[in-house]
Amino acid sequence: MSTRDIRNLILSALAFGVVALLPFYDTGYILSIATTMAMFTVLATSWALFSGPTHYISLATAAFFGLGTFVTGYGFQTMPYWSLPLIAAVLGAGLAGLVGMVTLRLSGVYFVIFTLGLAELVRQLVTWVQNRTGQRGMYVLTSITESHIYWQLLGMAALVFLVGWLIGRSRLGFALRIIGNDETVAKHSGINTALAKVLLFMVSGAAAATVGAMLAPRYIYIEPSTAFAPLLSFQVVIMALLGGTGRLWGPLAGVIPFTLLWEFISRHAPNQTLLLLGLAFLLIVYVLPGGVVGLQARLKRRFGQGGH
Amino acid sequence: MFFILITGLLLGGTYALIAMGLNLQYGVARIMNLANGEMLVAGGFAAFWVYTAGQVSPIAALIVVAPLAFMVNWLIYRIMLRPLVKRAKSRGALEVDSILATFGLSFALVGIMSWMFGGGYFNYSYLAQRVDIFGSSYGQNRVVAFSIASLIAAGLWLWLSYTRAGLRMRAVAVSPESARLVGIDVTAVSALAFGLGGAVTATGGALISMFFTLDASVGVLFTMKALIIVIMGGVGDIRGTIVAALILGIAETFVARVIDPGLTLAAAYVLFLGILLFRPQGLFGKKPT
Repeated sequence: MSTRDIRNLILSALAFGVVALLPFYDTGYILSIATTMAMFTVLATSWALFSGPTHYISLATAAFFGLGTFVTGYGFQTMPYWSLPLIAAVLGAGLAGLVGMVTLRLSGVYFVIFTLGLAELVRQLVTWVQNRTGQRGMYVLTSITESHIYWQLLGMAALVFLVGWLIGRSRLGFALRIIGNDETVAKHSGINTALAKVLLFMVSGAAAATVGAMLAPRYIYIEPSTAFAPLLSFQVVIMALLGGTGRLWGPLAGVIPFTLLWEFISRHAPNQTLLLLGLAFLLIVYVLPGGVVGLQARLKRRFGQGGH
Repeated sequence: MFFILITGLLLGGTYALIAMGLNLQYGVARIMNLANGEMLVAGGFAAFWVYTAGQVSPIAALIVVAPLAFMVNWLIYRIMLRPLVKRAKSRGALEVDSILATFGLSFALVGIMSWMFGGGYFNYSYLAQRVDIFGSSYGQNRVVAFSIASLIAAGLWLWLSYTRAGLRMRAVAVSPESARLVGIDVTAVSALAFGLGGAVTATGGALISMFFTLDASVGVLFTMKALIIVIMGGVGDIRGTIVAALILGIAETFVARVIDPGLTLAAAYVLFLGILLFRPQGLFGKKPT
């Protein structure tokens, strides 16, 4: 570890420590927004771990997330609470592995299309099973408060950042960057491209499912149509791309402004949220390719070393 | 059983038309258009509006809907998508860009349509009588929609196979680089194909609205189905698209009647999964070497 790494590590730990104090200041509206931000930070960062280097756009987040909420919904009465996120992570990784094995050996388009309908597919299957067993939605009534969820998510965010940092330094991370640049070259230099992609997709799937399991108590009532709402996948993609996937902190730079904007729009013009989402996509493609990270890099290049 | 087969075929015929529109856009213009379903819903809304406001039959409305959709899509290609094609360094980069841009377009269109028409469901009653085929009765509107879809699909196929313009389009579909070498204006042909694809899809939307309840946000479901059909049939393969659409129509009808009407997407996914595992190049495609 270089001194720069150590400095960054200490700074990040300090930042986490400060952010973790928030529930002592406010447990109302601000905490609720902060929890949403923490949720999207984990989701967008773990999304970018896979989609950043490979350029494969995954729209499966909602499927993993919904899976996680259902794990908590079914298990919270019979199993110890701490085990639920772990079970969700295993199931999320399993689902991601299956989807990855089917689609990731083919070109990116197949993957996008398959994940586009995945949440809806899982929702249809869950609803069908529930109808057959005569069950509807379920109540998740626990003593978990918003503060607990917030701290859990912060811990999860720290874990994702750590994992992302380690992957970036590992052979796997190096292999993925090569795949993202030129898959043929990667293949010819002896990288098992399909395996590398599937492994990383499993990491991001496990993270999203864990977040779902942690957030279930917040919703109190869980039913398939809300747990598997496909909109979540798109929000995550937007935030990650708006921030930029080139750096580990990139998605965070998209999560904060977009969550605030979304909150504002859904309070004042709730019917226009989809229009906002559409315009944000267009903004990213036409004005901000590479997101905030890309913008920063371009500014740096334009103004030379002067800023440094 | 026979009833399921015929109902499925009737549904599949309309699907074929929609998927042909997408296939023109993806196969020739190389744009993975994820706003395709919204174009369909827009066509359906136009037919609905014309029928309820002016008592004009949705079939007559096609005379306006199709050229309008062509113009809109042609402009979308020239203004929005052409710059992406120009700046793309590789096919992969263009794919990512066009997927994101058309997602943006799709959400914006859903936003605008639910603003204009509200979030409710839309249906109207047109030709709702029954018609008897081989002893079972079917909705007249379904039969009419199927016939018109088949006519248009056949016309499109003939045009692509036997005219010079169609030949140009097929040449660009095979290889844009080589097409340029033999003096084909690839940009113009791509724009034409994109516009035509949009017109065909909107026509399919107007037809489907005669027997299907639409709402502003249902488009993505049709996009999904059209994508699965195009991949199943093979990109750029009209014959494959038609066969795949009929298979999907029958499979969906079977699942809806025999197992559960809530599982139609699952039926499509089973087919999709089979194709991905065993024939990723499409039903009639050759294995890439």
